[in-house]
Amino acid sequence: MTILRPLLVAMAAIFLAGCAKQKPGSEFVVKIGSVAPLTGPQSHLGKDNDNGVRLAADEINASGLVIGGKKAKIEILSEDDQADPRTATIVAQKLVDEGVNGVVGHFNSGTSIPASRIYSDAGIPQISPSATATTYTGQGFETTFRVVTNDRQQGAALAKFAMDTLHAKTVAVIDDRTAYGQGIADEFEKDAKADGAALVAHEFTSDHATDFTAILTSIKGKNPDLIFYGGMDAQAGPMMKQMRNLGMKMAFLGADGSKSPEFIKLAGTAAEGAYASAPGLPLDKMPGGKAFVEKFTAKYGKIQLYSPYSFDATMALVNAMKQAGSTDPARYLPVLSKIKMDGVTGPISFDSKGDIMHGAVTLYQVRNGSWTALP
Amino acid sequence: MDTFLQQLINGIVLGSIYSLVALGYTLVYGIMGLINFAHGDIVMVGAMVTLTVARLLADSGLPGPVILGIGVLTAIPACMAVGYLVERIAYRPLRNAPRLAPLITAIGVSILLQNLAMMIWGREYLSFPQIFPAQTMAVGGASISTIQFLIIVSSAIMMAGLSRLIRKTRLGNAMRATAQNPEIATLMGVHVNTIISITFVLGSALAAVAGMMVSAYYGIAHYDMGFILGLKAFTAAVLGGIGNIEGAMLGGLLLGIIESMGAGYLGTLTGGVMGSNYQDAFAFFVLILVLVFRPSGLLGERVGERP
Repeated sequence: MTILRPLLVAMAAIFLAGCAKQKPGSEFVVKIGSVAPLTGPQSHLGKDNDNGVRLAADEINASGLVIGGKKAKIEILSEDDQADPRTATIVAQKLVDEGVNGVVGHFNSGTSIPASRIYSDAGIPQISPSATATTYTGQGFETTFRVVTNDRQQGAALAKFAMDTLHAKTVAVIDDRTAYGQGIADEFEKDAKADGAALVAHEFTSDHATDFTAILTSIKGKNPDLIFYGGMDAQAGPMMKQMRNLGMKMAFLGADGSKSPEFIKLAGTAAEGAYASAPGLPLDKMPGGKAFVEKFTAKYGKIQLYSPYSFDATMALVNAMKQAGSTDPARYLPVLSKIKMDGVTGPISFDSKGDIMHGAVTLYQVRNGSWTALP
Repeated sequence: MDTFLQQLINGIVLGSIYSLVALGYTLVYGIMGLINFAHGDIVMVGAMVTLTVARLLADSGLPGPVILGIGVLTAIPACMAVGYLVERIAYRPLRNAPRLAPLITAIGVSILLQNLAMMIWGREYLSFPQIFPAQTMAVGGASISTIQFLIIVSSAIMMAGLSRLIRKTRLGNAMRATAQNPEIATLMGVHVNTIISITFVLGSALAAVAGMMVSAYYGIAHYDMGFILGLKAFTAAVLGGIGNIEGAMLGGLLLGIIESMGAGYLGTLTGGVMGSNYQDAFAFFVLILVLVFRPSGLLGERVGERP
């Protein structure tokens, strides 16, 4: 590997140089990797992210892209990491080998973290539209960015909401043992305890589980005011349904992984009244939200979760390339870290770690079968 | 106490489903000595068909049990057909091949069925329409929902029926004869091919019912749900003694109860060292323990059904 890596970087550099030296007049190709789970239980969310990237690329290509005085064309290389950390490193290496100029992804925290080392070694900027785990940007990589609020901020907001608005005195926490689920659950637990709540149980499940009756029953015996779930909608939906079937009437609070139309579809009528948070502003309050919804739904249908963010991540990469006048990662990376632009989701600029500055958190509740933003 | 009772009920419901699936493994193994790894995926087909029918009829205004009934009556023939075809196409040509060949074929069939299901129903999790109200009855401090009650009762009836079929009827006689020695059974006028087909079809019918139960109970179905379920049911069959009908029933129930109790009490028992994340590990730990002391499973030695 140690011999291979510089070789691969060199190959990528040669390839890039080859791209840049094409004869004037013809467009040169800017390759942007888009990685998300395109199969498996999270495929609807992964596809959503991928569509956001594609929408951005189509828009840029349609309006004519010029980088450093030369005509350019964006090409999207979509990869499926199956939400699996091992597959993530394989596809990341594949993208590096194919000489991508930048990457939008990965979708999950658990996949973004191992992949970030590979992009960092290759010097390729990576912007995750949806990885919220604090560790993602905490590794000290210069190439690692995200356009979404992190779990530190989200966990604090969730705990505050549980204490101040829902007046929960006793809480039970369930997480799915993934980097994301465990991360957000621990942040929530820490903040909730600090705010004076009593933790009565912390149970575990997995991101492929369908049966939650046993852990729910054991929580039922302790009768907390609120159940917090750190994990994805494919589990949160059935969990909520099974909770109500067991006659448990306490509040259900999830984080961004639960806040999707899929959650409501899977939980059915049991979804009514569930709470969840999401980083950023609600779609209708985003500066470019209305226009984005129109463009996106016309092309791909309903927005699941993070497509506005993957759209912005793509735009941020391309804007940095335009401003730097180069698609060479080494040249546009410094520009990207200082970028200031207005995205669909709000103003985009990064702090020293690569986290989005001024990240907002919004809380939602299921009312009449759809997620409604709480004031 | 009511938490304990509730966990017991959860365990019995889960165990009933495991038992029905485990029966499919055990029937085929008992007669052919083949572990049919595609059996879990036949359960998945049953779940998918029931779910599709239930979705179509969800707004028809029919009562929940009727919709479920129509769903399962569609799923049973569908699964029977799949089971028959699998045996006819994949296993029969390998009847006299070395034992490893049909085993590999079984894994191949499993992958094939999963991919077909993925092409037909998609990759996403499908939700089961809420056709039962979230209604519960109180049983001694615990609550049992309509669907849980239905699962326990219907699987008990099916298992009793199967036991009777194997022990008391001419068909059961023929099946047991084939299990003991297919060649002698042929000499005695038993159509071995027909009997093996019937065994597969019977196991598949049970799988269809199990599939209906899983999708209606957990409210969810997806193309690769059969894998873990099949593995658990296979474990249950081994726990009870593979090839033994009563063993599969006992093994399934035990495994369900162990899992449920493990998830519920492991944290308390170990003082928080091991939590509900060890639920599966705990179940397999019990399996290993049983196999150390009784290598042929709990009821494995009493059978006269295997050669």
